[in-house]
Amino acid sequence: MSTKIIRDYIIPADDFAVAGEASSDVRKILSQLGVSPNILKRTSIAMYEAEINAVIHGHGGKAHVEIDENKVFIVISDEGPGIEDLELAMQEGYSTAPDSIREMGFGAGMGLSNMKKHADLLEIDTQVNKGTTVYITVYFQ
Amino acid sequence: MDLSYFHSVTLNKDKCKGCTNCIKHCPTEAIRVRGGKAVIIAERCIDCGECIRKCPYHAKKAVTDPVDFIHNFKYKIALPAPSLYGQFGPNFTRSQIIKALGEMGFDFVFEVARAAEIVTNATKEYLEKEDIKKPVISSACPAVVRLIQVRFPSLIDNLLKIESPMEVAAALAKQEFSKKHGVPVEEIGAFFISPCAAKVTSVKNPYENMSSRVDGVLSIKDVFIPILEIMKKNKNVDQEYGSVSSAIGVAWAGTGGESDALGDVRAIAVHGINNINTIFEQATQDKLDNIDFIEALACPEGCLGGPLTVENPFIAKVNLKNEVENIKKQAHSVHKIDNVDELVWKSTVKYRPIMKLDDNMMKALEKMQKIDQLTEELPGLDCGACGSPSCRALAEDIVRGNAKETDCIFKLRQKVSDIAQQLHYIEDETPN
Repeated sequence: MSTKIIRDYIIPADDFAVAGEASSDVRKILSQLGVSPNILKRTSIAMYEAEINAVIHGHGGKAHVEIDENKVFIVISDEGPGIEDLELAMQEGYSTAPDSIREMGFGAGMGLSNMKKHADLLEIDTQVNKGTTVYITVYFQ
Repeated sequence: MDLSYFHSVTLNKDKCKGCTNCIKHCPTEAIRVRGGKAVIIAERCIDCGECIRKCPYHAKKAVTDPVDFIHNFKYKIALPAPSLYGQFGPNFTRSQIIKALGEMGFDFVFEVARAAEIVTNATKEYLEKEDIKKPVISSACPAVVRLIQVRFPSLIDNLLKIESPMEVAAALAKQEFSKKHGVPVEEIGAFFISPCAAKVTSVKNPYENMSSRVDGVLSIKDVFIPILEIMKKNKNVDQEYGSVSSAIGVAWAGTGGESDALGDVRAIAVHGINNINTIFEQATQDKLDNIDFIEALACPEGCLGGPLTVENPFIAKVNLKNEVENIKKQAHSVHKIDNVDELVWKSTVKYRPIMKLDDNMMKALEKMQKIDQLTEELPGLDCGACGSPSCRALAEDIVRGNAKETDCIFKLRQKVSDIAQQLHYIEDETPN
């Protein structure tokens, strides 16, 4: 049996101050495991982007994290409106965030493309009016 | 890899009561109470001085050089931190302070504020470069640099790779004095007059592959009374003492001084180690992409709140403000140097993975699992009575072999009650 570290977090809706706590916690665990700074950074950014998306678009959600000796696997799910055109949403600068969110400095349309840039594997499951689940994998080697 | 090194922050065992104040406030969880006394884990300490501020029994202190130490050198230069000017009330001007400091036995006083202006200028040029990572984080506070080394390795690239005002001051002061008096640099000692413990450590134990040009560090506390006495005797000092800095360099002592001096950049000034932790968490998540520069000072109210200062930081702030306003009324040119590249770090600092559980990933994972399990079983009060800062920290200490489960008083109570029950049982079962 492989040794795994598992963490589950609740991502509260519309709480920007709390968003990011889960990815901070994961970064701390990874640094205790001796993961390199570059991997810490990539995991931290990719997970944070997914977290903040769940806050902005998904009315909050859940984060599930599994760490084994080779990788960190992150699942972030919400029961929000889903993404209508995923291909379009993946483009840099494309955003459906309302003005109020943009005024706070969020919703610049970089979230998904940033996630893709920093994750080794990125999978997105989305259904309109049902919700979105993002699967992020970052390998340690 | 040996991760420990000399630290200015040390414990006075006789004064330590073994309470939990320091362990709860240490930003790197570097203190434990063992055997009724605090113990500082050397490789984790970043010399921020937070424990010095928090200890109600003044059992933590910062080791500095005694004032007499300057006599080890033929020629002596004082490098006063600008925070020194905030220590004296409105009746004493900067000129009086500098003159009095000189009369304590120094051949020359070179203001660190002058060097701060040079660093400001170099920072402006640095921020124009293409290949830098923003937000650029000031490296003037050594506790902040060490914090990044141990907790935020991905921000090492963001550090301002320019010598600190203290180092620039030491180099320029020695150069200037040696040229003017025709004496060899080796015979000159440069002494920083410091508000801060971390500066002492950065002089005695510089960052990797770096060296310090400062020969000794005296605390503001130790020079305060002598300066005051000399100033009271001197009464009127009208003339300026040598070449002095403008208001820009002096303002560096307080929070916002360094960042305001940069002019038209989006800069934030953060002070207090917990505030810095919060902002650095955000920076590691790439959240601060619209910020150009972070001034980060570990002490509340910046260097004016340093553990080696005398005056309350809020009063020091108004003292400094008065002095800055006075200086603005006089005509002082801002100090600059042409060859800014000379101030750029020749190497960079390294990640110091002090929290790592094991060099082997599999073993680290197993230890982490044990820590998770132990944490679950502990009461979760984070009371600190075991001597570790939190229940999770105790679990880590147990797994690292530095503590045991019954260090937790709740676990111990449970165990005593179990034994008592067993005794009862044995008593009942024993035939009369």
